[in-house]
Amino acid sequence: MVRAEGVHKSFGLAHVLKGIDLEVNPREVFCLIGPSGSGKSTFLRCINHLEKISAGRLYVDGSLVGYRQSGDKLYELKEREVAAQRRDIGMVFQRFNLFPHMTALENVTEAPIQVKGETKAVARERARQLLDRVGLSDKVDQYPAQLSGGQQQRVAIARALAMEPKLMLFDEPTSALDPELVGEVLDVMRDLAEDGMTMIVVTHEMGFAREVGDSLVFMDDGVVVESGHPREVLANPQHDRTKSFLSKVL
Amino acid sequence: MTDTVDKAPAPVPPEQIKAIPVRHYGRWVAGAVVIGILVLIGIAFSNAKINYNIIPDYLTDDLILDGVWHTLYISVLSMLLGLVLGVILAVMRMSSNPVTSTVAWLYIWFFRGTPVLVQLLLWYNIALVFPILNLGFYKDEMNQVMTPFLAALLGLGLNEAAYMSEIVRAGIQSVDLGQTEASHALGMTQGKTLRRVVLPQAMRVIVPPSGNEFINMLKTSSLAYAVQFNELIKRAQDVSSTSLAVVEMYFVASIWYLILTSVFSVGQYYLERRYARGSSRDLPPTPLQRLRKNLRLFGSFSRPEVPR
Repeated sequence: MVRAEGVHKSFGLAHVLKGIDLEVNPREVFCLIGPSGSGKSTFLRCINHLEKISAGRLYVDGSLVGYRQSGDKLYELKEREVAAQRRDIGMVFQRFNLFPHMTALENVTEAPIQVKGETKAVARERARQLLDRVGLSDKVDQYPAQLSGGQQQRVAIARALAMEPKLMLFDEPTSALDPELVGEVLDVMRDLAEDGMTMIVVTHEMGFAREVGDSLVFMDDGVVVESGHPREVLANPQHDRTKSFLSKVL
Repeated sequence: MTDTVDKAPAPVPPEQIKAIPVRHYGRWVAGAVVIGILVLIGIAFSNAKINYNIIPDYLTDDLILDGVWHTLYISVLSMLLGLVLGVILAVMRMSSNPVTSTVAWLYIWFFRGTPVLVQLLLWYNIALVFPILNLGFYKDEMNQVMTPFLAALLGLGLNEAAYMSEIVRAGIQSVDLGQTEASHALGMTQGKTLRRVVLPQAMRVIVPPSGNEFINMLKTSSLAYAVQFNELIKRAQDVSSTSLAVVEMYFVASIWYLILTSVFSVGQYYLERRYARGSSRDLPPTPLQRLRKNLRLFGSFSRPEVPR
């Protein structure tokens, strides 16, 4: 589903990603862990072209992200084409980023109506189902400011699902939440994983990674240090860097 | 000593404290001085050579009403021109194209840096430098084209655009970058993101200063009298040249300006309220709702309802 080959990313002089190679299979829950500043969020943002990669190749579902290859030349995609690529990739942000001037329902219906051209009635009907699925059928007409952090994040997940994505990206979805609200968001994500959604999750929730994850990558300083099955990596880390990180967070 | 006080039981609620309040002599003196000055001003004006009786009559004088109408529509049209051009300039200013952003900067620099009166006079006298207007498909003498109305519209509107563009830019930049990212991540294009996500949120920041600008415009439009546009001040002067009631006519004009600005202040309140949706948990009540609530409380002697 996602293939990265030697992906580099620099912001000016800061070299954030230094050659990432990895592969995410369909229906897989792929967890990215690592200390802050290790580049895991940047990598996630590269996958839907919120950041442009500086070198290497990044494929989603077989096609290059943000570029078109013709012969040995790369052409930048037009804005409209980039937008079309992003339709199939849902993203959930650390800080929710719900649209504050729209109700929960309007947040969910916005993209299907504006991007896919769905009718209001159809979009609303599906949005109700999605909000019901994340356990918020009674909050449909509330504005984000009237919802708790956990509820907002669940609306954000429903909003991303409304575009029927093939792949979901989660950028530390529970890091901005009160500890007691983390569970409700993780439950929704677990549900999603059981339904067979391909998910890439940047997280600090080692419990979630262990229970739900199919593979896990530990990143540090812009490189993949260690990868494998979550249970093995978490129980028996091979590298010193992984060991010292896990000893602090577990 | 305090021990005994602490240990004493207090079965009855303490009676209301009746202490001698601190006397604020300073406030009394200041209040008296201010009232004294007001009284003196009042006496001065009541003894002044002003014919108050004719003011109500002239408030609805045909010429004056014509002036009010001209003031109103030149303000609205100039503001619209300023708003549309202001949004364009703001987008130009923020674009990554160095040519457009520099041009927008120069525009703002020039139109904000020169007096409106000068700009009005320049437009009005433009026939002196360009006697013939030739647009290719349209050709005419500039004197015929540059009417007082057009000079007033261009002078006021183009000047306003410089101010509005800065207000719009501030509004757009006040919206969190995460909103743009979330919108892009959903597959929305730049244009849709601006229209559906960023601008509605920017409006909350844009509306209050724009209302200010409009109220300013109502009054600044009086400068258009210098280009022979028949707005309120020009009309008031026309009337006073025949009635010889000079100051009275300025009073009449002032009353009309106060009425116009008051009406638009109320409109602004409702507009702000509309764009406050979602920014706080509850919208502030409208004056009408507030009035109804107070009447309800007044009508019933039961305890006030707990607001939801």
